[in-house]
Amino acid sequence: MRVLNRTAGRLSRHRRGPLAGLAVLLLGLLISGSLYTVFAPAQATSQASETEQVAQGKELFLASCAFCHGKNGEGVPTVRDGYQIGPSLVGVGAAAVDFQVGTGRMPMASPGAQAPRKKVAFNDEEVAALAAYVASLGPGPAIPSQSDYSIEGLSEEERQEAISRGGQIFLTNCTACHNFNGAGGAMPRGGYAPTLHGVEGKYIYEALLTGPQNMPNFSNGNLSPEEKRDVIAYLDSIQDTPEYAGFTLGGLGPVSEGMFAWLVGIGGLVGAAVWIASHTTRSKKSKVNA
Amino acid sequence: MSVDTSKVATSNRTDAATASKPGPAGSLASWADDRLGLATAMKKNLRKVFPDHWSFMLGEIALWSFVVLLLTGVFLTLWFNPSMGHVTYEGSYDQLRGIGMSESMASTLHISFDVRGGLLMRQMHHWAAMIFIASMMVHLLRVAFTGAYRKPRELNWVIGCILLLLGTLEGFTGYSLPDDLLSGTGVRAADGFLKATPVAGTYMSFLLFGGEFPGESIIPRLYIVHVLLIPGILLALIAAHMLLLVYHKHTQWPGPGRTEQNVVGFPMLPVYAAKAGGFFFMVFGVIALMGGLLSINPVWKFGPYDPTKVTAGSQPDWYMGWPDGLLRIMPSHMESVIFGYTISWNVLIPILLVPPLMLTVLIVLPFLEGWITGDKRDHHLLQRPRNAPTRTAVMVALMTFYGLAWAAGGNDIIAIKLHASINQITYFMRGAIFIGPVIAFWITRRWCISLQRHDNEKLLHGYETGIITRSVEGQYAERHLPISGTSAYTLTARDRDEIYSVDGDTDAAGVAAPNSRSEKLRARLSSWMYQHNVQKPTRAELEEAHHHAEHEAELQSGLDHPVDGHQFDDHRLRDTDEVPLRDH
Repeated sequence: MRVLNRTAGRLSRHRRGPLAGLAVLLLGLLISGSLYTVFAPAQATSQASETEQVAQGKELFLASCAFCHGKNGEGVPTVRDGYQIGPSLVGVGAAAVDFQVGTGRMPMASPGAQAPRKKVAFNDEEVAALAAYVASLGPGPAIPSQSDYSIEGLSEEERQEAISRGGQIFLTNCTACHNFNGAGGAMPRGGYAPTLHGVEGKYIYEALLTGPQNMPNFSNGNLSPEEKRDVIAYLDSIQDTPEYAGFTLGGLGPVSEGMFAWLVGIGGLVGAAVWIASHTTRSKKSKVNA
Repeated sequence: MSVDTSKVATSNRTDAATASKPGPAGSLASWADDRLGLATAMKKNLRKVFPDHWSFMLGEIALWSFVVLLLTGVFLTLWFNPSMGHVTYEGSYDQLRGIGMSESMASTLHISFDVRGGLLMRQMHHWAAMIFIASMMVHLLRVAFTGAYRKPRELNWVIGCILLLLGTLEGFTGYSLPDDLLSGTGVRAADGFLKATPVAGTYMSFLLFGGEFPGESIIPRLYIVHVLLIPGILLALIAAHMLLLVYHKHTQWPGPGRTEQNVVGFPMLPVYAAKAGGFFFMVFGVIALMGGLLSINPVWKFGPYDPTKVTAGSQPDWYMGWPDGLLRIMPSHMESVIFGYTISWNVLIPILLVPPLMLTVLIVLPFLEGWITGDKRDHHLLQRPRNAPTRTAVMVALMTFYGLAWAAGGNDIIAIKLHASINQITYFMRGAIFIGPVIAFWITRRWCISLQRHDNEKLLHGYETGIITRSVEGQYAERHLPISGTSAYTLTARDRDEIYSVDGDTDAAGVAAPNSRSEKLRARLSSWMYQHNVQKPTRAELEEAHHHAEHEAELQSGLDHPVDGHQFDDHRLRDTDEVPLRDH
C-alpha cells in the first residue's frame, strides 16, 4: 500500500509538467484502441471470406441445429406423416436465421407450441456465419439493412404520413393476432403472438419477410418494403408517445379494464362502505350497538 | 314519582314568553314552508330511520355512480357528434392525422385530445358505467343472500332486475358510440346475434341499421337510445325503486329490540344525510381517481371502425362478458337446416336463449320461493345466508355458472397470461359450465348446514374458550362458556322451517284433490329445500343443556359452587358480545 502511495505521489508531482497532457492523451488512445480490438465486432478484425463464413456456419449448424433440421438443413420428419421435428431450411434465407437465432428463439430449449424469445445463444459473428450457411442452401430473403426499416432519411412531413399509413396497415394486418397495442394475443394450442414492445425494427422486418412460426409471410408483393417500414415506424411512434390516458393496464383491452373495475372500483367502494358503517354516531368513546 | 327539576322554568316573569326572532336560516325555512308546505313532507322523512350495516350501502354505490354518469355524460354531449358522416381527422393525435373516419369517432378523439378535461371525463364516464353495473350486481347478491326479496319486496326485486338489464343495454349502447374498431366489432357481433333469430332476424337487423350493416343510421339511433330513452327509464325506475324502499322501510338484521314492526337505526337527518352525502363524495373520488390514472377504452389506439379489421383482445365490457364466454365455448358446428333455412344454434343458444332465461330465473326467484313456502307474512328481518341453505346454494350455483361463462369470455387473455392453451381452456369450460354449478351447490349447502350446526353448538354448549383442562383422571376437555343473552337471542331469532306435505292426493271417496299435481310438486320442492336444514334448539333442549352445563362445570371444577368463568379471567375473550350469561 505504501509503495503504491509513494508511486502515486511521485506521479502526482509531474501532473502539471509540460508533457503530462500528451502522456494522458496517449494513454487514453492506447486503452481505447486495445479495448476496441478486444470487443470490436468480428467483421472489423477478421474480414472472413464468404466461403470461410459458410464453413464456420456449417460447423455451428451441425453442432446446434442439425438434430432437428437435418445435417444438410433438409428437415427431419416424424413417424406421423406430414409432421416434422424441424422443418427444412432450404430457401428460408439469412433473414430467417438472423430473426430466429438473433432473438434467441432458436435453438429451442424444448419442442412445443411456441419457440419463445429468450437469451441469445450465439454471438453476432456466429449468427452471421449461421445465416451465411443457411443462405447458401437456397435463395431466400437477405438480412435487411438499416435503411430498409428506418424512416430516418425522410422529411418531417413524410415521416408523419408514413406513421399514420403504417398505423392503418398495422390495424389491418397485424392486430388480429398481436392486439391493437402490440401487446400480443393467444394463438391456438398454447401458441401466442408475442408482444411487439421493445422489439428492434430489424427483427419486425425479418418476421414480416419470413413469417416465423404461426405468423403468415408478408412478401414484398403483399406488403411493399415501404409499407413494412411504415408499420415499424408506427410501432416505434406509439411506444414513444406518452400514455395520455394513464396506466394502460397491460394494454389488453376490456378484460383487464373489467378486472380493475371490480378490484379497485368495487373493492375500494365496498371498503369505504364498511368504513362508513362501522363509524357511527355516538356520544361515548366505546362503540354502541344500534 | 320524582319531578325532574331541570325541566322546570326558572324565571318568575308574569308576561307571556315570545319566540325570539328567527335567524336567517330559520326565516328562509319558514318562507319556503309557507309556500311549499315542506315541513309536513320533511317532518316524517327527515326523521326516517335507517339501519346501519355496510351491506346496506351497496345499492348506494350504484346510485352515486349513476349520478356521476349523468354529470360526466352531460359534459360529453357538449362535444360529441353522433354522426356517421365521413371526415378526415385533423386533430392533435399524430398517428391518426389524415385518416378518414366518422364524425362520431373524430369528435371522440376531439374530446380526448383537444377538449380541456375531456379525456378525464370520458374515462370517468366509462369507469362509472363499469362500477354502476358491478355495484348493482353486488347489491342484488346481498338482497338475495339475506332473503330481503321476500314479501313485501318482490316487486322491488323485479324492478332491480330490470334496472340491471337496462344498465347493461345502456352500457352497450354507450360503448358503441365512438365508432372505433373495438366497438364497431361489438356492433357487428350484435348484428350477427339479431340475424341469428329465426325468421325475423334479417328484418330486425335491417330495421335497426336502416338497411344493410353498417349503414349510416346506427350511431345516431344508438345515441338517442343512450342519452334519452334508457336514461329516462332508468331514472323513473330508480325513483320507483327508492320510493318503494321508503314505503317498505329498510330491512334489518335480527337482534334484541329489532322486530318485524320496527326499524332500529339512525335518522336521516343528521346521520344518514351525512353518511350518504359523504359516500357520494367517496364514490365520486374513486371514479375520478380511476378516470385520472387508469386508461380505459383508448379509442385512438383502436382507430376508426372498418369491417375488414379486427384486433386480438376484442372483448365487450365486463358485463357482456358472460354471453360472450358462452358464445366462445359453444361448439361451432351446431347448426341445422330446416326447409333451406339455417338455424344457428351455436349463436341462438348462448346469446338469444340463455341470457334471457337467466334473467327470468332471477326475476322468478322470490315468487318461486314464496310459492314453495306458502309464506304470506311480511318479512323485515333478514336471514343469515346459512339459515336458508338451499337458497344460498342456488345463488352460489348461479354465480358459479356466471363466473365460469365470464372467465370463458376472457379465454384468450387467460391463455397468454397463464401460458395455457386456449383450446384446453375452452374444452375445460364446456364441461365445467355444467358440473361447476352442481358442485358449488352441493358444497355451499353442506357448508351452510354445518354452520347451522355450529350455531346450535354455541347455543347449547357455549362458545369454545380455547382453555383445555385436565381432570383428576387425566382426561382432557375443552372448557365451553355460555354465550351472552344478546348473542343467543340473535342466533335464535329465526323461524323454524316447515316442510310442506300433502296429506293424501285423494279424499275418502277416492276423488283427486284439486291441484294435487302442483301441490305434490310443491311438497317435493319444499322437502328438497328444507329437509336437511338444522332447526334451532327448542326451549326444553336449551334448558336441559344449560342445566347440564352447570352440572358439568360443578363436577369439573371440583368446587362446591358452579364455576362462573372468573377462574379464566386472564384468558377470557374480550369481545363484549361474548360476556357469559352467569356473571354474578
